[in-house]
Amino acid sequence: MNRIAKEPFQFLTRQNLTYLLGKKAKNLNALLAGIKEVPVSSIYQHTHHFLEQHEYLSPEPPNDFAYWITNVLQNDALGEEIAGIDLRQFSSLKDIQFRLVEIIENSIQQDPDSANRNVPAGEEFHFMGAQTFVFPTQYIAHDLLEFKQCLQSVSNYSIYYHMFEAPLHQQKDRFCYWIGQSLEDEKLASAFKQLDPYTQTLDNLKHNLVRLVRVRLEGK
Amino acid sequence: MANLYEYEPIVGKDVINELELYASKLKNVSVQHINSTAVGGGVAEILIRMVPLLKDLGINAFWDVIKGGEKFFEVTKKMHNALHGQKVLFSQDEMGLFIQTNEMNARDMDLRGDIMFIHDPQPIGLISRKKEIGHKWIWRCHIDFSHPDPFTWNFLKKYIEQYDVSIFSAPAFARELRIPQVLIAPSIDPLSDKNKDLPQDTIDSVLERLKIDKNRPIVTQISRFDYLKDPKGVVQVFRKVRKYIDCQLVLAGGGATDDPEGAKVLAEVQEIAANDPDIFLLLLPPSSDIEINALQRASSVVLQKSLREGFGLTVAEALWKGKPVIASAVGGIPLQIANKYSGLLTHTIEGTAFALKQLLQNPSYGEKLGISGREHIKKNFLITRHLRDYMLLFLSLDHKGEDVVFL
Repeated sequence: MNRIAKEPFQFLTRQNLTYLLGKKAKNLNALLAGIKEVPVSSIYQHTHHFLEQHEYLSPEPPNDFAYWITNVLQNDALGEEIAGIDLRQFSSLKDIQFRLVEIIENSIQQDPDSANRNVPAGEEFHFMGAQTFVFPTQYIAHDLLEFKQCLQSVSNYSIYYHMFEAPLHQQKDRFCYWIGQSLEDEKLASAFKQLDPYTQTLDNLKHNLVRLVRVRLEGK
Repeated sequence: MANLYEYEPIVGKDVINELELYASKLKNVSVQHINSTAVGGGVAEILIRMVPLLKDLGINAFWDVIKGGEKFFEVTKKMHNALHGQKVLFSQDEMGLFIQTNEMNARDMDLRGDIMFIHDPQPIGLISRKKEIGHKWIWRCHIDFSHPDPFTWNFLKKYIEQYDVSIFSAPAFARELRIPQVLIAPSIDPLSDKNKDLPQDTIDSVLERLKIDKNRPIVTQISRFDYLKDPKGVVQVFRKVRKYIDCQLVLAGGGATDDPEGAKVLAEVQEIAANDPDIFLLLLPPSSDIEINALQRASSVVLQKSLREGFGLTVAEALWKGKPVIASAVGGIPLQIANKYSGLLTHTIEGTAFALKQLLQNPSYGEKLGISGREHIKKNFLITRHLRDYMLLFLSLDHKGEDVVFL
């Protein structure tokens, strides 16, 4: 099963620098207004950084908006709905932004009074943005065996890039794209596509990716 | 001082490897840090550790200090208080002295870093050389900026907006500015005396010396005796809890001897503690890092019941030791504690007492919070993360406005 790839796979890694936008929300209406206004880098920051910063807690809470709505605004139903957004079905941050707006607008329509209820001072939602830096690592795979060895060695930041960011920025950097296109292994590619990275810790995700490759190498 | 590779067993080889990767993109860059003091104070404490670690990574980092007379530092102390929200009036002479001292330093100092990294308001006026010498300029604010005195803020804003980028420690400190504002939280050093692992013997001997019973639960708050740390509120919390649970309270901190307000606060706390044998009010000298470390490690629960807080790194210190922490949701504390996941956030004396009872009576819950808390600090508040953020910031100076940068 250890076919040589048409093109080697370069493992990349990434880090974010967080920017403060100087904008904050003290109630649901203000949160909605902010979500409509901020750049998509802010939507990225608030729907993804929690996964990385609190990776030991994943699968919950999945994003800043859901965490704040549930724990600070104490609107459990809305928090649950926001947390339940299936981020994998969106291919752009703009689409995620629209979906957030849609859900919050619906909630406000149902209960307009609650949308102006302020949180205690000091617990406002602060909008932030992110600048992502992507670096090549020393790990390059030419076949599936090397791919497995690299997967085991790279940092969680690298796994994060290929599983979360590549689908939003550079499709060809996705693991499943290389496995399908370069290794021409559609079965393994679709097994990778089926994984939902948003509902597991990065350690578990890495473990599951390695397991899928190992099973494939064993010819199963 | 620990070198970079001594952190590897703590943070992992992959983290150190990636720091080297980021640094490889900054090999020919020089970074000149400038602040107002070489010893004492939080900024110097960070730079003493940070500059050698940047050098370990091959970055040409160095550090200089501005000169100023006693009167200049009196003005900057007033400015510091004003930025913390105190109403302070400045005379024209005072503002003139601030400007003149900055001009003198700007003229006399060798400002030679590719990146000029200026810390806090004291040397902020060095930016006046930017037009002449160029370079990239960063201004790092280490102060709680959530409620600054408007006069002082407007005075400083004129300088700040000449920089390429500003850095704040917590989201609540962000202001409306024409330049980008980056969030870089401070950090703790896991290899420092205050945070390194301690043998049980050391912890026991500290408790014995302070006459604290190691066999009964210990609740601790480490902080200066300052109204804003609410030590009297902590005593009230303790009294509410001790009605039901046998425990001891340790309030430990320094700074009261040379701070008139601190002495007053301590006296008031002593009065309400009323010689209670289970309340330990400890005035610790500045060289008490091992004692603080031992007290945190011996505690069943650590409190940080501040009314206002800068960043509140004592929370990170306690979480790093795997302790359950109950803290107020102020300043940088909500960045360190995700409520009910890595600690408990409270707002009132009643709420804090309730949370404390919960944790003392359910140690396994506290243990879970402690494990998550330590992991959160390991990922986000150790000095290695601080180094990473600084390097990303240096790289960002050449990539303004780009959401994703491929290097």
